[in-house]
Amino acid sequence: MPKLKMPKSAPSLDMTPMVDLGFLLVTFFILTAKFRPNEPVIVDVPAATSELLLPEKVMQITVDDKGRVYFDLAGKEIRREMLSRMVQRHPELKLTEDEARKFALLGMCGMPLNNLSQYLGSDEKTRAALDAQTPGIPTDSINGELGDWIQSGYEAFMADAEKHGLEPKDIKGDKALRYAIKADGTTDYEKVEQVIDVFREKNIFQFNMVTSLESGSK
Amino acid sequence: MAEIIEGGGGHEKGGKKRPKKSPVRMDMTPMVDLAFLLLTFFILATSLSKPKTLEIVYPKDVENPEDQTKLDDDLATTIIVGETDDQIFYYHGKFRKDTTKLEPSDFSKDGLRVMLLERNKRVVEQVNSLKDQQREELKKSNTREDDEKINLRFKELIADASNDSLAPFVIVKTMPTTKWKNVVNAIDELNITSVKKRAIMDMEAREALLFLSPEKVAELKLK
Repeated sequence: MPKLKMPKSAPSLDMTPMVDLGFLLVTFFILTAKFRPNEPVIVDVPAATSELLLPEKVMQITVDDKGRVYFDLAGKEIRREMLSRMVQRHPELKLTEDEARKFALLGMCGMPLNNLSQYLGSDEKTRAALDAQTPGIPTDSINGELGDWIQSGYEAFMADAEKHGLEPKDIKGDKALRYAIKADGTTDYEKVEQVIDVFREKNIFQFNMVTSLESGSK
Repeated sequence: MAEIIEGGGGHEKGGKKRPKKSPVRMDMTPMVDLAFLLLTFFILATSLSKPKTLEIVYPKDVENPEDQTKLDDDLATTIIVGETDDQIFYYHGKFRKDTTKLEPSDFSKDGLRVMLLERNKRVVEQVNSLKDQQREELKKSNTREDDEKINLRFKELIADASNDSLAPFVIVKTMPTTKWKNVVNAIDELNITSVKKRAIMDMEAREALLFLSPEKVAELKLK
């Protein structure tokens, strides 16, 4: 019987194209991935079946499991404008130019106004420590800080939209500012309700509650 | 496998004879492994980072909910969301002292959902048939513009169907210590069962007394 001839050298497969493609994809994903800014708290949002995505232009209020309230509005220019409006409303808030610049670059912030200057002036480590012990932004109607943040943020957003050539009547649909509330699943409803009440005083009634997609059926 | 094979170096200057170098082989397998690991990580991480949201519209006037919703009491269903996961109840109609009984329920597939589907049967059937029609029409249409028109038209039709004057009205009642995830769960159930007429309100003390001790109710300062 004729013997089957085995090739002497090990079979080699040219994997270069595959590796090229692999690296191309890695590069693509690295570049497109949006890294979340350093968040002072981790919030475990409740699951729901809704598949509605979080709108692009959104003012987000975060409530952690202890009921502390954080405020976030994206956009460097908008944040700068918002802060200057906030200073107008609260003349006791004294910030240096450097601190204001730092604020524009930060994300979520849960500092009461009287701690804000100290918070912005300190380095990352001290900031993390301050984050751990902050009482959150006051939501009560006496101090009204959250209400002022919302108002300032809204005004700054509208001013920014006008700067980009949008008429006030055109700012609707997905161009309009939406309001998201991201609360931890274990937060007491009372705390979330306080935030909603502040919004209601400002005649804002529609919210996007941040949830995670429920996996499978219950 | 993936490797770089380099020849002996090419030109040799000078007349000196050197022992022949073996080609340099570099094993690229670990690097490729790492690349694919990163690839997998980024693929998974990017798709997971998109947060989903649940849209909730709160009513404008909360001072006088009775004025705002002039509805038949028979159409009302109240869902009580207590402090813990096993304090989920419901009752139909108006609250009547002594006769109103709380039915225990939960957020599972056979809990509130079954009750709400049964209660909202007519609307659910209408909405489902509208959705089927919408799917049919979308299949027939060719342009994206047509698709958008169809979607918009059906969105209105579905909204009309769920705002039917005979559709049930659901009130979600919460306590200060109700956990947020249970409020979201309750609203999610309403969305699943196409209940559009809804409100979130504070629980009344007389309702809380049906499943909590008087001391606890006093502590919560319910009205």
